[in-house]
Formats: sequence, structure tokens, C-alpha cells
Amino acid sequence: MSENKTQDILGREANMAMLQKERKANNAWNKLKRNRTAMIGFFIVAFMILMALLAPVISPYSPNAINPGIPFKGIGFKGHLLGTDDLGRDILSRIIYGARVSLIVAVGATLVGAGIGVLIGLVAGYFGGWLDAVLMRIMDGMFSFPFILLAMILITVFGNGVTNVIFAIGIASVPGFARVTRGQVIIVKEEEYCNACRVVGVSDTRLLFLHILPNCVSQIIVYATLRVASAIISEASLSFLGLGIALPTASWGSILRVGRDCLTTAPHVAGVAGVFILVTVIGFNLLGDGIRDVMDPKMKQ
Amino acid sequence: MLKMMLKRFLQTIPTLFIVVTITFCLTRMLPGDPAVAILGIEAKQEDIEAMRAKMNLDKSLPEQYRLYITGLVKGDFGYSYSYRQDVFGLIISRIPNTLSLTLVALVFAFFIGTAVGIAAAIKQNTWFDYVFMVLALVGVSMPIFWMALMLVLQFSVKMNLLPVMGMGDWSKGFGDVVSHMILPGFCLATIPMATFARTTRSSMIETLSSDYIRCLRARGIREWKVIMIHGLKNALPPLVTVLGLQIASTFTGAIITEGIFSWPGMGTMINTAINNRDYSLIQGTVLFSAIMFVFCNMLVDMAYLVLNPKVKEV
Repeated sequence: MSENKTQDILGREANMAMLQKERKANNAWNKLKRNRTAMIGFFIVAFMILMALLAPVISPYSPNAINPGIPFKGIGFKGHLLGTDDLGRDILSRIIYGARVSLIVAVGATLVGAGIGVLIGLVAGYFGGWLDAVLMRIMDGMFSFPFILLAMILITVFGNGVTNVIFAIGIASVPGFARVTRGQVIIVKEEEYCNACRVVGVSDTRLLFLHILPNCVSQIIVYATLRVASAIISEASLSFLGLGIALPTASWGSILRVGRDCLTTAPHVAGVAGVFILVTVIGFNLLGDGIRDVMDPKMKQ
Repeated sequence: MLKMMLKRFLQTIPTLFIVVTITFCLTRMLPGDPAVAILGIEAKQEDIEAMRAKMNLDKSLPEQYRLYITGLVKGDFGYSYSYRQDVFGLIISRIPNTLSLTLVALVFAFFIGTAVGIAAAIKQNTWFDYVFMVLALVGVSMPIFWMALMLVLQFSVKMNLLPVMGMGDWSKGFGDVVSHMILPGFCLATIPMATFARTTRSSMIETLSSDYIRCLRARGIREWKVIMIHGLKNALPPLVTVLGLQIASTFTGAIITEGIFSWPGMGTMINTAINNRDYSLIQGTVLFSAIMFVFCNMLVDMAYLVLNPKVKEV
């Protein structure tokens, strides 16, 4: 009898341990860790963020220190690992400081876009009816403008500068967030637990922000990660066209702009900046795809 | 189905109206006086007043808006002061150049991208699949203006194989036209090609693992028939959506690519318009591209209806 009992307890403990192990394995972070490509993306992104954070510590020179004696020196020039640009500024230092501006702009713009877009999507999806129709038609209208054109006009309206570029790219990415959120809200709001909330008299705002929003977050995070990637490109293209970050502030786009003007004499300036943009964008794309696979295996593009 | 198509068509009207309104508001928000921009800073005050009156800028905003809308309905997109030409005519004269470039890029991107996607799906998890999917990942992440610079450097400056800028001339023969198109076309095609490859691959893999495909194979239908006819047909709908989105983003890409290669299309024109604060031209081109996008989207949705009978709502 007692032997049976011990076995019972042992069995239960083993069961618990297994459950716990399974729960741990299914934890989002651990799932992400098992996804090899996502981890490559994670390390690229982490590397770039660290580089941006530690800029004053690791950068060998000031990004704006001009040295007219050594313009257009190539990669590996003594003391300048990645060479110098037209004014003899150290490219490595500019790239490191440029990472700050480029990442702040990209992440900031995505946050602005997500903040406004998610709110619009929540309201439109939850309340439906004419409000939904009006809001989503406005979003359709905004979506119809070529992204870069909309950002270009917004920059011309606001003027150059980091904050303005953040808002221009952010506003241009609002409709995407609104669509993603609305699509998810429409599905989630019909779930049983939402009906249950309504039955017990939970207010609309509470239901919307405490119950529906958390269940839409995974899609929003995936979209946001991929959005950061394209925001990096948007910043670079705007700065490249002379509409984004103004010189002498270093951003990857503005370095590329300098590089364009000295393409034949010093191709490494444009080359290096572009490689950093490309690698970072690949990193965010890999991470975004990975998070998508982890958050919801059913969810495909 | 016709009823649904009509419904989808009617849906474009409010969108177009909003597009027009946003365009109007944005251009009114642009800093600087367009009359001064046209006449120069040293112009006399009365000349500026006269120009403002001619451009309806002296009227109240609602009145300007009303005049703008009635003008549009009559097909009047305004007058470009920097080009000294009718905006509509200017757009019409530029659009073939942009369209030829984007169409060539899209057609190549679609066929190559889809082919690679299908091949990668069939040979899933082989080196072929890995290599091309890494390439596709690099492709979708590519800052194309940078790639354009690098290609110019390599093929035009260093190897002197292809022209750096401009559009080919038919009078100089077919070769001239093609050689001018290779670099900008390739740049423009990169992102859509990579996107098509990725979408086709995942859509094909999903289709090929479904029961009806297994059934066809069990019946001994030839493999190429299973894949190219039965598989592809069902893998197509997601591709159509992507195609629709890619038309718009390729057009956006053309704005930058054209600038780099001095391609005489809409993109270079938009750049000039913004630099010269040419209100009517900015309004016209922005509006024109947005309208094009709205109609592309509508056509895509309609194609979706035809291709996928399961879709009941648009």
C-alpha cells in the first residue's frame, strides 16, 4: 500500500518536472534560442546596438574631427582602420557614431508609427461601423502614397533634423501598423474570453487595453521588428537624397551621401557605410522572421 | 462575382477622395511662398501679388480646395512653373520612361523570382535552396541606392562596360537602349525578385505538402505536371498579393534609382519639383502615383477574386 503511495508521489513529481521542463522549453526566449537563423539576427542587432551605446568608449576619434592632411585614405591606412573621407575624418568613428543616429531614428520612427497606428487599429477594429470605415479609408489613402514620397514631403514640411526625420518616417508607417492591429483585433474580439468580459460588465477601454491588446502584441512585435529594418533603409535613402540627417552629423545615410560624391576617388567611403546598412537590415529581418516563427507557427507572411 | 467587383470599384472612390485631400493639405503645409519661388526673391511686391492671385493663393483655403477639386475633375492638374508646362502633359510625357523601366524590372523579377522560388521549394533543404534563400534575404534587405552606386563603380567606372547615366536612344539601335537599361533595371528588380522568390518558396512548400498533391502523385501523374499545373495554380494567390504591393514599392524605388542614373522619368521630375517648390507639380505627381497605386490595388483584389473562388469578401 505505502509502496503504491510512494510511486504515486514519485509519478506526480516526475510529471511536474516534465511539465516544468516543457514549459521552459516552450518559453518564447528559449524557442528563439533554438532558431539558428533568428540567433544570427539577434547577434547582429545586439552588436550594432552595443556599438551605438558604447560609441564614446570604442570610437578611436571624434566623428567630426577634421584632418585635412589625410583625405580619402583607403581601408587599413595607418591609425584609420576603415580609412578617411573627404575631410580626413575617420570613417570607423563616423560609422560607430552613425549607428547611434541611424538606430535611434529607425527605432524612434517605428515607435511613433506603432504608437499612433496601433491606437487607430484598436479603435477601428473594436468599434467597427462608420468609425472603422472612416479611419481605415484614411489609412488606405495614406497607404497609397509611395512611402518615400510621403516622407520626403513631410521632411520638406518639418525641415531636417533627427526628430523631424523620426516623425516623417514614423507617420509614413502609421497605416501599416493600423492595418496589422485592426486585422488582429477583429479576430480577437470575438473570442470567448472577450464575451465573458462583456458579460461581467468590463468597460470597453479596459477590455480593449487589458484583454484585446495583449493578444495582438505578438503580431505587432513581429511587424515592428521588420519595420525597423525598412526604417533604417528609409533614413538612409532620405539622408542620401539630402533630405534626412544633415551633415556634418554622422548617420549611415549621410556617410553614404559623402561617399557618392567621391565614388571614383574613394569608393570605400560609400562601400563601408552600405555594408553596415545592409548587415543591420539583414539582422533585423532575420530576427523578425525568427520572432514570427516563435510567436505563432501558423502565422506566415 | 461582377457585383463584388463593382463593390470593390466603388470602394476606390472614398479612397481617391482622401488621397486628393491629403495631397492638398500636404502641399499647402510646405514652407515658403510658391509665388516667390517662381519669380525669385528679388521680384517686385505687386508682381508677387499678381502671381498669387493667378495661382488662387490669395483665396481662402476652403475656396482653394474647391477650385482644386473642380479643376481635377476637369482634368486640370495645374501648371508647372519650373518646367513651364502643363502638369498633366508633363506627367504623361514622363510616365512612359518610368513605366518602361519599372515594367521591365518587374517582369524579369517576377519570372526569375518565381522560378527560383519553385526550384527552391522542390529542392527544399539542399544547398541550392540555402544559397538562393540567403541571396534572397540579402536582396530584400538591400539598400538599392547603395547597390546602384556599387554597380556603377564596378561596371561603368572600372570596367567601362555599361553607360553611367541617361536613357538609351532608339536611333542608336537596340543595343544602346538595352545597355542603358541593364543597371537601373537590375537595381530596381532586386527587391521584387527576392520577395517573389521567398513568397513562392513558402507558398509552394505549403501547397506541395497538401493531401491533393500526394493524391495526384499516387495516381502517377507526371511530376512536372503536378508541380507546374496543379501546384502552381494553388500557390498563386499569395503571389498576386505580393505582386500588387511590389508594383507600388518598385515605383517608389524608381524615384531613387532614376535620380542616381539620371533616368528622365517621374522620379527625377519629383526631385526637381520638391527642390524648386513647384506646388502644382508636386501635387500632380504625388496624386498621380497615389491614384495609380489605388487602381493597382483594385486590380489585384479583382484578380484575387478570379483566382481564388473561396474569397467572398473584398
